[in-house]
Amino acid sequence: MNWSWFFKLGSPKWFYQMAGRWQPWIWALTFIGLATGCVWGLAIAPADYYQGDLQRIMYIHVPAAYLSMFVYVVMAVAGAIGIIWRMKMAYYVSMSCSPIGAAFTFLALVTGSLWGKPTWGTYWVFDARLTSELILLFLYLGHMALFNAIEDRKNADRAAAVLAIVGIVNIPIIHFSVEWWNSLHQPASLSKLEKPSIDQSMLWPLLIMIVSFKLLFVSLLFPYVRNHTLWREKDSQWVQQEVEQ
Amino acid sequence: MKPQRKKRLIAVLATVMGVSIAAVLLMYAVGENANYFYSPSDIYAGKAQPGKTIKVGGLVVPGTVKRGENLLDVEFVIKDKSHQLTVLFSDVLPDLFKEGQGIVATGKLIDNERFVATSVLAKHDENYMPPEVKRALEQSGHPVKTDTATEY
Repeated sequence: MNWSWFFKLGSPKWFYQMAGRWQPWIWALTFIGLATGCVWGLAIAPADYYQGDLQRIMYIHVPAAYLSMFVYVVMAVAGAIGIIWRMKMAYYVSMSCSPIGAAFTFLALVTGSLWGKPTWGTYWVFDARLTSELILLFLYLGHMALFNAIEDRKNADRAAAVLAIVGIVNIPIIHFSVEWWNSLHQPASLSKLEKPSIDQSMLWPLLIMIVSFKLLFVSLLFPYVRNHTLWREKDSQWVQQEVEQ
Repeated sequence: MKPQRKKRLIAVLATVMGVSIAAVLLMYAVGENANYFYSPSDIYAGKAQPGKTIKVGGLVVPGTVKRGENLLDVEFVIKDKSHQLTVLFSDVLPDLFKEGQGIVATGKLIDNERFVATSVLAKHDENYMPPEVKRALEQSGHPVKTDTATEY
């Protein structure tokens, strides 16, 4: 098998330039997706029979919660690639994931809380789902803190990657918490093998929002990785050339 | 793959395995303590002591909600698959409280059949649909809220 593409990804210069070229297109796609999803979800899709318009917070909450876990998996896998193949670029990607993932987690917690008050009657309870999602936020914050606490950058890379890999056990716990334990949070409507428990008229805008949030993640990741790359490679020739231009 | 990389790959996989095993053991140890509430079956089985503050959850059985003389006094029956429990409450119920809906109540057991609640939270289920679909479902003989009762 030809692995050259894999090692090409590992070149900071190549990644920096590739990300720079793709960035505007991905942003454009993200905006189109988010605009379509928001208009469809907030204005066109019908309100829920029971919750009324309150249910529309789902179009932000569900994608944010899904991305909070997805970004963590990307972060841990990138960290593992960094450790196994000693690939600088993988570490840069891993480090760039944590602020974005923390933002998605925070968004999921806040929107969920705002939905919880009128629906459940409380902003917050310590049930299995809510607690494990809160732990995810702490893992992201810990990942950033650990990296910044270690002076030597290479050690910091490795320590942060180990934390990311260890924390991955939390992901299945978050996902299955609503099945393994009695929780106040309702079970999954979408990510299950049977037919989704959401009517089609609401499912489509939700799926568009999920895809758009994934694009948003890439749109945010690219500038983060580019900045991180410039900072870490500041002594290399190509960066100095790039800066001069 | 180079032997060094293979070694590191194995180390990473072993770490994930080790942490997963630790997590599973931890979950066994925590066990039912991580449950947010007791079901009526748990209460029937005597898993909760009377007089201790606990949470119970279940579906409100349609037709059992009775208002007392005092405007706030309310009494209703919750159920899961096999058992029922009467809940007594005298405060404001959440907006989304209704018959057939899941609720979680905090309070104390008087005996194995009656529970005095100090707070009641509505538990939403995972079904989302527009009002027209709900009406259509009911007309074809699949009432929405009572149908999900079996899943508790």
